[in-house]
Amino acid sequence: MEIKIILTILAGTVFINNFVLSQILGLCPFIGVSKKMESALGMGFAVIFVMTISSIITFVLYKYILFPFNLVYFKTVTFILIIGSVVQLVEMFIERVFPALHHSLGIYIPLITTNCAVLGVTVLNINSGFMTSEYGLIKSVVQGFGGGVGFTLALLLMSGIRERLELADIPENLKGLPITFVTAGILALAFLGFAGLKM
Amino acid sequence: MNYFNEFKKGIWQKNPVLVLNLGLCPAIAVTTSVINSLWMALALTFVLVFSNMLVSLLKNFIPSSIRIPVYITIIATLVTVVELVLNAFYPGIYKSLGIYVPLITVNCLVLGRAEAFASKNGIFISVLDGLGIGAGFALILFFLGALREILGANTFFGYTVIKGMQPSSMMILAPGAFFTLGIMLWGMNAINSGKKD
Repeated sequence: MEIKIILTILAGTVFINNFVLSQILGLCPFIGVSKKMESALGMGFAVIFVMTISSIITFVLYKYILFPFNLVYFKTVTFILIIGSVVQLVEMFIERVFPALHHSLGIYIPLITTNCAVLGVTVLNINSGFMTSEYGLIKSVVQGFGGGVGFTLALLLMSGIRERLELADIPENLKGLPITFVTAGILALAFLGFAGLKM
Repeated sequence: MNYFNEFKKGIWQKNPVLVLNLGLCPAIAVTTSVINSLWMALALTFVLVFSNMLVSLLKNFIPSSIRIPVYITIIATLVTVVELVLNAFYPGIYKSLGIYVPLITVNCLVLGRAEAFASKNGIFISVLDGLGIGAGFALILFFLGALREILGANTFFGYTVIKGMQPSSMMILAPGAFFTLGIMLWGMNAINSGKKD
């Protein structure tokens, strides 16, 4: 029973409501870091990690501190401060334990704070009513993880296409951002096909 | 210094969406109708003007090593004000804008103007800069919203445009947003490259 719920949430966040291509969150890194496949993968893994950890912390904080003490209006401020601290912690941790990984990921980690997909998933965890439902914490963790995986998938697909596009013959004025947006539109059109998926 | 120029540059020369390429998420996500676009632009302009004002007022008191967290806290507080006001007086609008209202906090546009402009300039110019950038943002959002609403729902401000036309619902969904913005950026490039020759 629980496995089915988890799988539904996972499929929902990775394919049906993909954070980038159907909910349109986290566009700045999607456009900015999708030039090379390698950096796209690095950014993706860092985002998965931060989204999962911040989903846990914000959910627990909201359920056991903000809500019981009637401080719900502090939601946005606390969530963004928590995400900022988690990103900082992740950076320090990786720097200490995996120096090689930090060397290749280094510049992308501070960017994650202003990735709207991260704040988006924490707000979405609260808005989807996980707080009152059973296994709320597990559901929000799965949603955070799935959101990160969906983001990575979109980023990888896009970077693969953009590496090919560099060799293509494109009209001068369409080069750069315009063709990237049109490509993203076609990708989003493909992802619309998942909307009919029934679990 | 020409005050009018500080305001004017946000509309074309430094247009936030088309030239700086900042604040793309709300520009694409909420422009399903003209009304939504204008409310989003209004909310963002409010946050932008007041964050520019506060940052330029406090710029001498904020230690430079922790300036980014301080800016984010100021912006998040203003966003909370917008959220509470919208929720109290315009619940319908608040619902249709959804999570994109709290997400103004992480809009790179607001933080970018605080860091790049307000932390170096006086209060009056910073407010003008916020107003100008907000107006440029509103202009682009209006065109995006109008195009998508006319093509995708066959309405404009809720009124039917052409009786009996079958709208293409793709334009309301995510792909239409990407296509419309891509084509607008193409037009911008075409105009700018034409000027150079």
